[in-house]
Amino acid sequence: MKKTKLIAMIALMAALAVSATGCGKEKGAENGEVIVYNWGEYLDPATLDMFEEETGIKVIYDEYETNEIMYPKVESGTSNYDVLCPSDYMIEKLLENDLLAEINFDNVPNKGNIGDQYYEQAKAFDPENKYTVPYCFGTVGILYNKTMVDEPIDSWDVLWDEKYAGNILMQDSVRDAFMVSLKRLGYSMNSLDTAQLEEARDELIKQKPLTQAYVVDQVRDKMIGDEAAIGVIYSGEAIYTQRENENLEYVIPKEGSNVWIDCWVIPKASKNKENAEAFINFMCRPDIALMNFDYITYSTPNDAARELIEDEAIRNSEIAFPDLSQYENMETFKYLGSEGDEIYNEYWKQVKSAD
Amino acid sequence: MKSKRSLLAGPYLFWSVAFIIIPLVMVFYYGFIDENGAFTLENIAAIASPEHSKALWVSIRLSFVSTIICFVLAYPLAMILANMSVNQNQFIVLVFILPMWMNFLLRTLAWQTLLEKNGVINMILNFFSLPSLNIINTEAAIILGMVYNFLPFMVLPIYNSLARMDRDVINAAHDLGANWIQTFCRIIFPLSIPGVVSGVTMVFVPALTTFVISAILGGSKILLIGNVIEQEFTQASNWNLGSGLSIVLMIFIILSMIISAILDKDGEGALL
Repeated sequence: MKKTKLIAMIALMAALAVSATGCGKEKGAENGEVIVYNWGEYLDPATLDMFEEETGIKVIYDEYETNEIMYPKVESGTSNYDVLCPSDYMIEKLLENDLLAEINFDNVPNKGNIGDQYYEQAKAFDPENKYTVPYCFGTVGILYNKTMVDEPIDSWDVLWDEKYAGNILMQDSVRDAFMVSLKRLGYSMNSLDTAQLEEARDELIKQKPLTQAYVVDQVRDKMIGDEAAIGVIYSGEAIYTQRENENLEYVIPKEGSNVWIDCWVIPKASKNKENAEAFINFMCRPDIALMNFDYITYSTPNDAARELIEDEAIRNSEIAFPDLSQYENMETFKYLGSEGDEIYNEYWKQVKSAD
Repeated sequence: MKSKRSLLAGPYLFWSVAFIIIPLVMVFYYGFIDENGAFTLENIAAIASPEHSKALWVSIRLSFVSTIICFVLAYPLAMILANMSVNQNQFIVLVFILPMWMNFLLRTLAWQTLLEKNGVINMILNFFSLPSLNIINTEAAIILGMVYNFLPFMVLPIYNSLARMDRDVINAAHDLGANWIQTFCRIIFPLSIPGVVSGVTMVFVPALTTFVISAILGGSKILLIGNVIEQEFTQASNWNLGSGLSIVLMIFIILSMIISAILDKDGEGALL
């Protein structure tokens, strides 16, 4: 009896393995290929199939988790990526090290769908708008559960409130964590002043016993599951969490915060530059941008796509499309140079190893 | 004949050069240079900084505790298994190996879901009006994760050395008047030491180097040396420091392997 069961189980496993490998589809690549290196879960996979069908260009798609993981792979040039989607400060670093190619905008006629203000924002790292096409943007703020918090939340101070000890989720990444602490103290989040950074570090150490955990993507699931009362979160994730749990509310603290922007860029090492431009152009098409927005819920700078959003509440959402003029002290991350990075990393390690 | 045999070893040779030797050489290369490519010992000496040595100490402490717990749980189990008839114990060994077919990350994430404040275990406890269990994001949760994940690596070698033991030796001890405790202390346990040593190494080493368990079950609040190294690569993009600290960690691993090699001279404790 036991033996037959075991054999059945092995047969089942084998069948599963075969069917899993059988899924790989063969597609013609009559017009060559394009190698895309994007954030994890950062576009609707269906759009890739549509792109392949319409253009005959085969997409090789690869994902990264952080800007910092992406950078060395591009720098070493071993992977020959054609399209990347880094954040503001990382684009600055890529440009500083001369790793990006100018985009030929004749091949990207859909670039006009992106609102002017976003190109304006991108000038912070790409002064002449020659290298980048904005893809997503957003803010960082506080997500809180209305049933667990009984006062209006409008300040980073709440993350240091002992009332919520064990119910606070902090971001587990050095720049985001220091952004919160620096902004709360009224400093720039790009500060390189040692005294300010030390003060921010000491505040983070003071906060550590109150936090439940340091998380990145998990803040989403934990807030949906009522695991914590307050969490630091990206605005795009906030919209998703509200779909799943109606007690959640998102706020940009009055001390200011990070307004970030991720853009498509083409590395210098790209071997399929025209295909890369075709891909970027495709991503700027309103219907495609809308599909991606629906899928990832990160704010799209594509004004034409925003017009197509049927749900008025989302189209005019303060979270997805905030009017940033009402906030003072909104900033975008800057690349701080390798010495600056080193100071931040050193101080962050001191926070993480504190008791 | 001989040349044919060495031909068969070809794939393994290729494997170990490509995936063990070359990466090791690269770790040593990066570990001994600074960002400008000049030779330095700074990356190795960095272990002395308070954050790093504290992380290493916490790692050693937690993996030591986990190893002891694994041993205490595994030894009686291995004895029970070894005393069962072959048909029965194969089934139980299978039950032990079965979870290892599932992805390690998934199993650890499952523990997170179980232990969370509103997790499965607390829901059951609350249903019976029992006090909640709040160990998620503490050292206790990390130890639990280590014990859960690495217990089979302790059970199997001990079981192996117990099962291979000559029953005549034990019977002889009984015939000569030794009681159960004496037989265990003077015959069974000493003969099973190779298995114990192998099990201890196989639990201690992965526990010492883990960074996933502490990130998932410790809420990233407790920094182990594995987490420091991981962050040097993924967040700080300082491959040199990450490699240097890896070399220091390797020294500790080699030390524990040397100890096990001395105690397990005949290589009897090899897994299955």
